[in-house]
Amino acid sequence: MKKFLALILTLVMALSLVACGASNDADAEGGDGDAASIKIGYVYIGDENEGYTAAHMDGIHAAMEKLGISKDAIVEYTVIPEDETCYDKCCDLAEAGCNVIFTNSYGHQTYCAQAAAEYPEIQFVSMTGDFAAISGLDNFCNAFPHTYESRYVSGVVAGMKLAELIKDNKIPADGFDKDGNVKIGYVGAFPYAEVKSGYTAFYLGVKSIVENVVMDVQFTNSWFDQTKEGETAKFLMSRGCVIIGQHADSTGAPAAVQEAQNKEGKVAYSVGYNVDMLQVAPTAALTSSQNNWEAYYEYALSKVLAREKIDTNWSEGYAKDAVMISALGESCAEGTQAKVDEVIAGIKDGSVKVFDTANFTVGGKTLESAPVDLSYGSWDSNGNFNEIYHGDTVEAIVDGAFAESVFRSAPYFQLDIDGINLLTNEG
Amino acid sequence: MSTVTTTREPLIRISKRGGVLPAWKSWGIRLIGLALSLVVCGLLIVALIGINPLKVYGTIIDGALGTSKRTWVTIRDSMTMLCIAVGLAPAFKMRFWNIGAEGQILVGGIATAACMIYLKSLPTFLLLIIMIAVSLLAGAVWGFLPGFFKAKWNTNETLFTLMMNYIALQLTSFFVAKWETPYGSNKVGMINATGHEGWLPNLFSDGFNKDFGWNVVIVLAVTLFMYLYMNKSKHGYEIAVIGDSENTARYAGIRVNKAYVRTIVLSGAICGLAGFIAVSGASHTISTSTAGGRGFTAIIVAWLAQFNSVVMIIFSFLLIILEKGAQAIASQYGLSQEVSEMITGIILFFILGSEFFVNYTLRFRGKKVTK
Repeated sequence: MKKFLALILTLVMALSLVACGASNDADAEGGDGDAASIKIGYVYIGDENEGYTAAHMDGIHAAMEKLGISKDAIVEYTVIPEDETCYDKCCDLAEAGCNVIFTNSYGHQTYCAQAAAEYPEIQFVSMTGDFAAISGLDNFCNAFPHTYESRYVSGVVAGMKLAELIKDNKIPADGFDKDGNVKIGYVGAFPYAEVKSGYTAFYLGVKSIVENVVMDVQFTNSWFDQTKEGETAKFLMSRGCVIIGQHADSTGAPAAVQEAQNKEGKVAYSVGYNVDMLQVAPTAALTSSQNNWEAYYEYALSKVLAREKIDTNWSEGYAKDAVMISALGESCAEGTQAKVDEVIAGIKDGSVKVFDTANFTVGGKTLESAPVDLSYGSWDSNGNFNEIYHGDTVEAIVDGAFAESVFRSAPYFQLDIDGINLLTNEG
Repeated sequence: MSTVTTTREPLIRISKRGGVLPAWKSWGIRLIGLALSLVVCGLLIVALIGINPLKVYGTIIDGALGTSKRTWVTIRDSMTMLCIAVGLAPAFKMRFWNIGAEGQILVGGIATAACMIYLKSLPTFLLLIIMIAVSLLAGAVWGFLPGFFKAKWNTNETLFTLMMNYIALQLTSFFVAKWETPYGSNKVGMINATGHEGWLPNLFSDGFNKDFGWNVVIVLAVTLFMYLYMNKSKHGYEIAVIGDSENTARYAGIRVNKAYVRTIVLSGAICGLAGFIAVSGASHTISTSTAGGRGFTAIIVAWLAQFNSVVMIIFSFLLIILEKGAQAIASQYGLSQEVSEMITGIILFFILGSEFFVNYTLRFRGKKVTK
């Protein structure tokens, strides 16, 4: 028994020695200065196996390399849920001496803000968050690229395909509604502004090529659910939808469309999000709208290096290469690339406005005014708004178009425009 | 040792140990199990990433207890785990398989969140008392239903409590959709983030989230109560008898059905209180992952501690330290989260395995039995 005791004692001593050693290392890494001593903290909702987080990881790693920041300068926590764990990790990173701390999921925002309030000398960025400007915290920021621009362009790609299918008479009878409009579908995550803005932009992109089009939207109430997204895509295809767009993070929908193509010879194509879907759907995927997060991280980290404040609301699109679409699939219609280039050029020079009021109606009328309340809060069952942070109400119609992501980075377009049917309530 | 034997005695025989092992011996076996698990994890780590395993163990300790903040977080999560385990213990000791802790935590959490949202104008102290009361009540109701059905119609409590989890999960989804902030996000977010109404305050300092002293006080009080209840009260004795043999209990004149209902109500109520601790004392939000599998992990804690509330403190801490440490490993060495789960799995396997050696002994062929 004495031997065992001795063994255990040795083990404990070894452990404590190592523990001390480890903390010494951490101290040595601290300190402030230039690219050599910057420390970055990141709290991710997923890990490298999940498209959305993988895109963020690639983005920040690339930006670090570009700015000459060592690979070891980032501390990353993966698969952190949207609860107190996020706050714990933010504080942990703050105490470890990080100069800037990012969180990448919308639901992380309140926890990130809580940590930001406690560590005013450290900059916190809640990616895709929406209340930084009205939170009263100087060191708390939001960022969101003009994803609606790349969704519009991916809609143009889908529209080109749709036009080709109509021309070749390849759309089956159930692909038209009773008024003769072609039906397309969209797998959405949650029914709120970020998703609504996205699918509306996608729809308007399709509509810019094919005027007589209607779109069914079905929500999955999850950001990442392979099975549910696949089933929703199947459901939409069974309703006759020829194009399946998506705002959800898995490959479920494109895979289901590819399977329907292979097994039933179904005429259906998919437009993805975040990642190139050609691997899972070589002939079904047309393209994916993507965010080039590197553009933001390069901006934000260069600000941190310069000891300057990051913009409270950062939002850029094609003009700063912050959004893009993935390589066109082999099924894309002829002339798509040229059209895409033309539309992107139009977006860059301002001649193409995604939410141009001339191109859509709400309740049969052209939109003349769209007041947007930027306050953050919740609605109770009596329809009362419980305000948490107060924001101004602004007029979003500027020069004949809805000005998305101008008054704050996170999208706020949440009008239900004509031609889009929400299926949520029908189940 | 002879190389050739003519007897047909098997190489290894397993037999139950006669009597109870002295404490130093049984704890020695457990410690050896823990040490062996660390060795195996070390081998795994070397095989996977080729770094010094001792450094990795250092990371575990550092990740769980490296700073005062980390230590408090570890204490906070251990206390939540302990509260659930303490709640489960009387039911399991009675052989009432309450695998419905997840649901009981969730309804306790919903009740707590509802108070935080609708009663936030009340004074803090009163609000907290009401929150504790309703969370206990909600958990008790969630425990009462399967207990009552078991007593009345002898339904299977395993299935019943399991199915109650799904009902609680759906209820949680419903309330999350009702309270979501902002509209459509399907997230409640931090409740009362600006005014902190209904947040369990710090014990040792002003403000919130600096220390979790009140979590510790509440859970340790419950733990002590449970220890006395199980070991010093008539009810506790009845639970022990029913757990050993229901027929004996009946023969001894114990009203078994009454004891079932009473015990599962108590069990559910304490798990409901764990929901209060999780929502008011830690996350300040409610979501379908508020219970997060802890209702099942706590079964391991309760079982390992052989339903001794005080021993559960050790196992709660052990499991949470492992969990935090494993996360730290994953982050520090750029491994995916699954590796940390593998490490936790290996360590749990050895700890559970050591229970086997506490209860059984191996006898090798041709060797005299050593006592």
